[in-house]
Amino acid sequence: MRFTKDHEWVEVDGDIATIGITAYAAEQLGDVVFVEVPEIGKTVKQGDGLAVVESVKAASDVYAPISGEVVEANTALGDAPETVNAIPETGGWFAKLKISDPSQVEALMDRHAYEQYLGTL
Amino acid sequence: MRYLPLSPADRVEMLGAIGVSSIDDLFVDVPPAARREGVVDLPLHAGELEVEREMSAMAGRNRTAGSGPFFCGAGAYRHHVPATVDHIIQRSEFLTSYTPYQPEIAQGTLQVLFEFQTQVAALTGMEVANASMYDGSTACAEAVMMAQRVTRRARAVMSGGVHPHYVETTRTLAHVAGVDLVILPAAVDGEAAVIEAIDADTACVVVQTPNVFGTATDVTKIAEAAQAAGALLVVVTTEVVSLGLLKSPGEMGADVVVAEGQSIGNGLNFGGPYVGLFACKEKFVRQMPGRLCGETVDADGRRGFVLTLSTREQHIRRDKATSNICTNSGLCALAFSIHMTLLGEVGLRKLAALNHQRARELHKALSKIKGVEILTPRFFNEFAIRLPKKAAEIVETLAGNGVIAGVPYSRLDHDAGLDDVLIVAATEMTLPEDIAIFAHSLDRVIHA
Amino acid sequence: MSMHNIGRPTRPEAATDIKPATLTGGRGLLQDEALLFERDGWDKTGVDLPDCPPADDLGDLVRGDPIGLPGLSEPEAVRHYVRLSQKNHAIDLALYPLGSCTMKHNPRLNEKMARLPGFADIHPLQPQSTVQGALELMDRLAHWLKTLTGMPAVALSPKAGAHGELCGLLAIRAAHEARGDARKTVLVPTSAHGTNPATAAFVGYQVVEIAQTDDGRVDLADLEAKLGPDVAAIMVTNPNTCGLFERDVIEIARLAHAAGTYFYCDGANFNAIVGRVRPGDLGVDAMHINLHKTFSTPHGGGGPGAGPVVLSEALAPFAPAPWLTHTEEGGFHLLEHEVAEAAQSFGRMCAFHGQMGMYVRAYAYMRSHGADGLRQVAEDAVLNANYIKARLSDVMSPAFPNGPCMHEALFDDAWLEGTGITTLDFAKAMIDEGFHPMTMYFPLVVHGAMLIEPTETESKQELDRFIEALRMLAQAATTGDSERFKGAPFHAPMRRLDETLAARKPRLRWRPVAAEPLAAE
Repeated sequence: MRFTKDHEWVEVDGDIATIGITAYAAEQLGDVVFVEVPEIGKTVKQGDGLAVVESVKAASDVYAPISGEVVEANTALGDAPETVNAIPETGGWFAKLKISDPSQVEALMDRHAYEQYLGTL
Repeated sequence: MRYLPLSPADRVEMLGAIGVSSIDDLFVDVPPAARREGVVDLPLHAGELEVEREMSAMAGRNRTAGSGPFFCGAGAYRHHVPATVDHIIQRSEFLTSYTPYQPEIAQGTLQVLFEFQTQVAALTGMEVANASMYDGSTACAEAVMMAQRVTRRARAVMSGGVHPHYVETTRTLAHVAGVDLVILPAAVDGEAAVIEAIDADTACVVVQTPNVFGTATDVTKIAEAAQAAGALLVVVTTEVVSLGLLKSPGEMGADVVVAEGQSIGNGLNFGGPYVGLFACKEKFVRQMPGRLCGETVDADGRRGFVLTLSTREQHIRRDKATSNICTNSGLCALAFSIHMTLLGEVGLRKLAALNHQRARELHKALSKIKGVEILTPRFFNEFAIRLPKKAAEIVETLAGNGVIAGVPYSRLDHDAGLDDVLIVAATEMTLPEDIAIFAHSLDRVIHA
Repeated sequence: MSMHNIGRPTRPEAATDIKPATLTGGRGLLQDEALLFERDGWDKTGVDLPDCPPADDLGDLVRGDPIGLPGLSEPEAVRHYVRLSQKNHAIDLALYPLGSCTMKHNPRLNEKMARLPGFADIHPLQPQSTVQGALELMDRLAHWLKTLTGMPAVALSPKAGAHGELCGLLAIRAAHEARGDARKTVLVPTSAHGTNPATAAFVGYQVVEIAQTDDGRVDLADLEAKLGPDVAAIMVTNPNTCGLFERDVIEIARLAHAAGTYFYCDGANFNAIVGRVRPGDLGVDAMHINLHKTFSTPHGGGGPGAGPVVLSEALAPFAPAPWLTHTEEGGFHLLEHEVAEAAQSFGRMCAFHGQMGMYVRAYAYMRSHGADGLRQVAEDAVLNANYIKARLSDVMSPAFPNGPCMHEALFDDAWLEGTGITTLDFAKAMIDEGFHPMTMYFPLVVHGAMLIEPTETESKQELDRFIEALRMLAQAATTGDSERFKGAPFHAPMRRLDETLAARKPRLRWRPVAAEPLAAE
């Protein structure tokens, strides 16, 4: 798993990357009430808006950690947004992208680096 | 001054507590160039008696709807509001409370909003309704914006029967929102004409029933055509009492219903404040503008109500909000709800039947006048007639004779070439003698 | 003697600590009230209407199915709403310290005047010759608004503050379009109310934020750097949302105008300066005025409001229809279409002429206070806020301790650090003490913001009562009494509500067949 400074995680399987937000982010946001997942087929560049996570009092943008094309979105979150709070780094995933540039993944932090980064916040 | 509780002694003591010697010290951040000495050039304070005298004199220079035969409609209707309504809305807890952002101490307001939302949804035949908009015209404009968001298309078609003020209000927003607004020419019975104008880029079609000419239309086929093309059907109603007699837009397949709620609970008030109703299908709920009240439980497990889905709104989403609306029309929505509660379905159906009955009597009386052509084929409590002279002139003459004869279409739209069309409305407040006097006077003026 | 002992004893027995729970769940005067839809007798009505023959001329258009609207007799309806009203806090009960809302007393004369049949029972489309008194009222209100603000023109029709912001930006956009200069950005301070960027985005502008200085004002250097030929407008609130007067406002206006940019002023905080400062003297091009804030029209549980917009010479030609004009004979005429003087108007904001009911109320208020009274309003509003700030600064942390505030005092949550108690918890505990909480978490630029605006209609006695309550709460918060805060409110009609549940499973109306109930058994 790889991480960004904006608290997104990326899990790669072949040429597909699964993306979600980290446990730290989920905790900071409080109760998630709704997730706006992207449409299948949408192309995103690294840093583009990918999804929106809503808590009661805020809407937070989730940015694409890498470039790619959306091939799957976690529509199950529609009925169970609390999944993001419960299991953010597994079942609480938002979208799967077909990776366009694998080197972008390599450049992201690994878990150790991310945890060190969290310590500085 | 009666509204200012601080005494001179209080002020001195408080300045001392703050640690300054004069009130001017607290305005130190105002640049000297902007400071005004003395008072602005306006009258000084006045007691209640003096204010009442001045304002009563101004009020006395207006002819009230109740002072004689009165037939104006065209988006605002004269109905009888039960005495209870005005008493309840003046209770301190309703009149002087704030938006219910602290739900623990605002359950009165919140439960009323929840009931209001339910009443509006039931009335319009839709799945969900919001806690009110400013009025019907801005609700209409917002519906078009919502259709644009939902369909991601940029074109909207408005029928030739939509109230011209609603069209203009929508046009103002469409212009800046990048919506290509197609406005069909004025037509007494042409709601279905929107069907031909639907294309692949159409976000919604907007029709009105009963429309500005009073025509009631079955919009089922319009709904089917719109939805087949992936567009939304927005139905506008300016006279909600009609929903006590006519099929609801929801029943006929509408995606969004916007209405002016003024007829229920709220008087004419020269055009405002009114109350906009906004109802739609549940699947659009996250794209709805305006406040929404929802059910929940408190820490003791008891049922309560809160404002919810706030992430659509300006105070959270800021530049990504579904609308910039903040204030709604709370007290007017309360008045609507109280009146609707007093009526109940039984009362509403009777009220609607009575309105229709009066309009039929008016129709009968006016049909007898030579030179008057009835234009509206099917109506609820309002219809349009063609006169042999300019309607505005006839209205002015009749006003001089103590009859407020209705609204000339040219008052709403002076470019449509319908200067000889007059829109007349009757309600439960219209008396048989009013109709007789009107018909008699109109006949005389036409044949003078 | 004859011994009568009915109704004896007449003083309470010795006090006992036992407080038995009630048998029915009742709570004395506070009555519970179910939803309208949960009662029996859906076919009741509280309005007597004559019967009518059924309509036989409308065929299939007639509504067959039940509508689903319950009714109540008048006594039942009155009980229903009176019971509900008991659960609301209101300005008539106590100080409502909501910052930027200006919760001042709502004079009852306003209500009486608004109900005069000559104002209430007139139709907007009656012949104008029959409503000259109404047009005159609008004209007088317009005159007062223009004189108080030092601006030459006013658009009366916007129905609320946010609607007024929309009006101002539409006029600005029209002005640029008329010059063939289509600009794309609007500058908004980070402390702005959400309606500002929402409105700018609605009108098709891209929103760029302006930074704030450490003393809570617009950062002039940042503003200057961001101004340019592509900036259509700046939207500045003055006094700003931190409760501070923008000292550099004249320079802000000068910089904007030099760049061809218009200055929109959010007038929500006009109560601080009415009668003492005129926005027209500051270089403002457009400003909305919330009649339901500065000019006392009632908040009504969330509206209706009214947001007329005063306009500069440059923007006046683009004002929305209708335009109120004077006739040669000394009468009034509403120009309802974009012709003659109104030819460049950007169009309509809404049907008819605006919030007449609120104009009548606001005029009654203005006329009652007069020029001298209105100046006193601003002074007392500012005095009251500074008094609160001075008397709480030793126990709470003012966000901007140096220098006076205007009509509202802003605190942050630095003083709560280490207590585990948040601004939210503190606010909920205020409810138990009998006060509506202040504005929380706004403006966003201050951490855990608490914005207190008492207004001028609070007596010193009520202010002292409020200050005392907050001092005691602050003391409790910083000495480990966290139970009081975490579970608050305990004494309100309802405990803290589950807003997560409401947002996750939105239930926005009553339904005939209940799904699994949200409430526990």
